[in-house]
Order: sequence, then C-alpha cells, then structure tokens
Amino acid sequence: MTALQVALSGASKHYGQHQALGPVDLELRAGECVALAGHNGAGKSTLIKLVLGLIRPTHGRVQLLGHDADSRQAARLRHNIGYLPETVALHPAMTGAETLDFYARLKRQPLARNAALLERVGIADAAQRRVGGYSKGMRQRLALAQALLGRPRILLLDEPTTGLDPASRLMFYDLVRELRDAGATVLISTHALAEIANHVDRVIVMTHGHKIADGTLAQLRQTIGVPLRIKLTLSHPVPAGTLPAPWQQVSPARFERACPEAAKVEAVRGIGAIGLPIADIDIHTPSLDEIYAHLLERKTP
Amino acid sequence: MNAVLTITGKEIRDGLRNRWVLATALLLATLALSLGLLGSSPTGAVKVDPLTVTVVSLSSLSIFLVPLIAMLLAYDAIVGEIDRGTLALLLSYPVSRWQVIVGKFLGHLAILALATTAGYGFAGLALQWLHGGANPAAWRPFALLIVASVLLGASFLAIGYLISTLVRERATAAGIAIAVWLFFVVIYDMALLGLLAADQGRSVTPAVLDTLLLLNPSDIYRLMNLTGFENISMYAGMAGVGSQASLGLATLALAQLLWIAIPFVLAAACFQRKSL
Repeated sequence: MTALQVALSGASKHYGQHQALGPVDLELRAGECVALAGHNGAGKSTLIKLVLGLIRPTHGRVQLLGHDADSRQAARLRHNIGYLPETVALHPAMTGAETLDFYARLKRQPLARNAALLERVGIADAAQRRVGGYSKGMRQRLALAQALLGRPRILLLDEPTTGLDPASRLMFYDLVRELRDAGATVLISTHALAEIANHVDRVIVMTHGHKIADGTLAQLRQTIGVPLRIKLTLSHPVPAGTLPAPWQQVSPARFERACPEAAKVEAVRGIGAIGLPIADIDIHTPSLDEIYAHLLERKTP
Repeated sequence: MNAVLTITGKEIRDGLRNRWVLATALLLATLALSLGLLGSSPTGAVKVDPLTVTVVSLSSLSIFLVPLIAMLLAYDAIVGEIDRGTLALLLSYPVSRWQVIVGKFLGHLAILALATTAGYGFAGLALQWLHGGANPAAWRPFALLIVASVLLGASFLAIGYLISTLVRERATAAGIAIAVWLFFVVIYDMALLGLLAADQGRSVTPAVLDTLLLLNPSDIYRLMNLTGFENISMYAGMAGVGSQASLGLATLALAQLLWIAIPFVLAAACFQRKSL
C-alpha cells in the first residue's frame, strides 16, 4: 500500500438545515488517479473544498498529508497541492505569462520554469497575449498550468476538461498519467464518467452528498450487475416465436436478450444449440453511462 | 510577507491595466482644475492664493467623491472574488487569509493614493503655473488635502472591506456600500445640523459636538482641511468652529487612523471565519 495522502472519515458538511455532504469515508493514496463522478449538486465540489481546508467539516475528519485539512500544519503543506476550480475567472487584462508568474510567486516557485509549463499545456505562443483574448479552451489550459506549478503531490481537478476540444483532452489525460506515474495523487471530478473512465484507476460515484460506489471499473460492473445484452442476427428471416423467451424478436431476422454477467458463457453456449443459421453475434457490455444511470436510479430516494 | 506583496502588486497592476487609476486621476484632476480656474476670480479682492481657494472648494467635493471611489473599489474585494472563484483558488496556495486581505487592501490603498496624488498634484502644479510664481506656503494645505483625502479614502476602503466580508451577494454589498456612503457624507451632517438647531446649545456642548464629529470619518476630513491652517479657516468661514474646537490636527489624524484600523481589523476577523 502506498502512502495515504487524503483521508475522510465520517466527514459531513451542513449549511444550516441543508446537508451538502456525507457522512463520507474516503481514502486517496499516492500514485492513484481517481474519478469523482456525480451530477451537479452531488457534493463533489464540497468534498474538494473540504480537502483544501476552505471549509470545515460539520462532523468527522478530513486529513491532508497526515494533518487536519483546515489546520495550520496543512496550510503549510499547500505548496504540495494543485487545484483547478470548476470556474475560474483569470484577470482579463493580464497576459498568460503574467498570470502564471503571479501564481508561481505565491507558491514560491522559480519563474524560470513557467515557459516550459506553458509549452507543456500548449499555449506558449499566446503567453504574451492578454487572457481576455483567450478562447475558453486556452483559459482552461492556463488554469491547468497554474495547478501544475511546482509538481504537486496532490492534484484536485474540478471538471477539468470542460471547454477542451478532443485534442486538448488527450493532452490533458497524457499529463495526468505522467503525474500519476511520478507518484502524484489525482482526483478528477466530473459528470461525464464515460469520457474519463479509461484514464482513471478508480471511480467514486456520489449522489445527494453520499458516496454510492467506490471501486475499479470492473468491480463496479460486477457489483452493480447491469445485465449484458446479446444480439443475434440470423442469415434469413424467421416467423415470430421461432426462439423462446428470454429472446425477443426485434426484426424478422434479429433477436435480443438480456443476460447477467455471470451467465454470459452459458448463454453463448446456448446459442450453438439453437440450430438456426447465424449471421452475427454481438455481446453488448453496458456502457459506463448505463452503469452510472443504473446506479443513480437505484440510489436516488 | 512575500505573499502580501505579491497580492498587493497584482491589485496595483490590475488597477493600472483596467484604467481605474487613470480614470480616477483624470476625474479628480479635471475637478480640481475647473474649481481652481472658476474659483480664481475672487482671489484678487481677498488676497488669497488660488491654491488656497482650491483647497476649500476641493475638500467640499472630495468629501463626496473620494469615499464613493473607495466604496466602489472595496465593496467587491472579497465577495466578488468568492463569486468569481478566484478566492478559493488563491486560498489553495500556501497563503493565509490575513495575507490575502492585507495584500488586497494595501493594493487598493495604493491605487487610491496614486490616483489622488496624481490627479490633485497635477492640478495643483497646473494652477501654480497658470497664476505664475509658486507660493510655498499655499502648498502645505494642498499637500494636507491630498494626505487627508487618502486617509479618508482608506477609512471608507476599510468600511467597504467589512461590508464585502459580511455579505454573501455582490449586489447586497453594493447596496449596503451606497447606503453607508450616503449616511456618512449626507445624512449624518444633516441630522447633526438639525440636532444643533433644535438643541440651541443646551445639551450639545462643544465637547459633545467634538465627539459627534469624530464619529464620522468625513467630518474628520472636513475639520482636517478647513481648520488645519489659519488662512484656510478664515476663508472658509470656519474660523469660529476652528478656534472653538479643541481638536488638533494630531487628534484628527489619530481618529481617522482608528476609522481605518477598526473596520479593517473587524473585516479581517470576519474573513478568517468566513465559509467559502
């Protein structure tokens, strides 16, 4: 087991009567890239703010690098953190380079490395231009560059790929992988789980302030048990009722059935026994979005 | 300390870039110049230096304008940064909350001081040049006017910061800021005048009046300018008040510094506890 970087134990946050989060238990370790998925208002941003020590938990504990997140000791360790807020308004009259210089000074990082960082996120050409003239994607890249200052040990990224085009997204995931391989802990909050799933080691799903799932993709698939769909195409049309239930005829030559993950092999074997000319077999594993929708459906009160 | 200076530097640069400083300096210079030029006609008869006349008219104008400018700078300082998401980002850095609020305040103060000094200073120089022959004696009240204006601005900046840390919405902050401005620069004096007229000197003794004047930063400013120098108080017709009031320049300056320190310390304390 690698070092524990972030730990929440029974942490909750109330605003008056409204419960924004929890109680939530959560552990993030070094060299781990975790997706924090959930709809808007699921408590993702509250969780990130708790980890940053911007707000105090109403109950429970939030620890960052071994200290309470809102303590002075944790505040001193903040140079180890990179944070990309969901919405960030960078000053429009400052240039990209000036913006990064400002944040580098606050993090006590040498300014000499900033040029390379701007190069890495792909806005070196625009470094001397005012941020006001940047596109949304460029602003997001600049905001990402600020989060990467000083090679942070913990990266908290709130909806990082919003406004990025597909090429930029690939650049972004490359960067994340590189940081994770170097031992950083990366937490990415998102409401588009499908996009991010292949780039993370673990997925945490939240709804209404509660953690409803936490595990690798394979674990999620198994525990949730969203059935597979087997699609069968025959080489010629057959009359209705040729194949018994659970098969459903969707067109004269096409049939479909749902099948639990565990019974997959058995079901495929059964197809051989049908005794009809088969043109094609397609096994459709549930997409992440389907799993996600299933999860939310199951847990929504 | 480094973080404070970094934040101060950014505020100053923002102020210069978005032309806040330029616009404010131009506004103040234009007002000072036009008052100086329009007000120069009576100077021949009373033998008062044109710069002195300008101090009198300018202080009456600055009393409205400088607090308003300060409030406009300050009301958004904290609540606006929370709204834009920049404060959460700033506080994710190894920076403490007091460093953020002190840094921002110093930056705004520098902007205000720069604009006031540049605006009034330029106008003062232009007036001296137009009327020929520099009169060093007339420069002292003018310099005092600039210093007093910056102090006045600072006290309203501090009050504005307090408002900005207490509320949750920018619009609320703007509304309260305007109301507070109106209270101190208009309503307070009118109420005081009404009180004096109704009381006929029975319970409002000079000592009580002094205290009441010290409870308003804009009255402190008025007294600093109008009673600070004999020449000015003669011209402004404040000679009576000036000689009666036991408030020396040092007392007035100290009171004004308290008007800066107390609201600012309260603002910093509230900010320390504020949930983002």
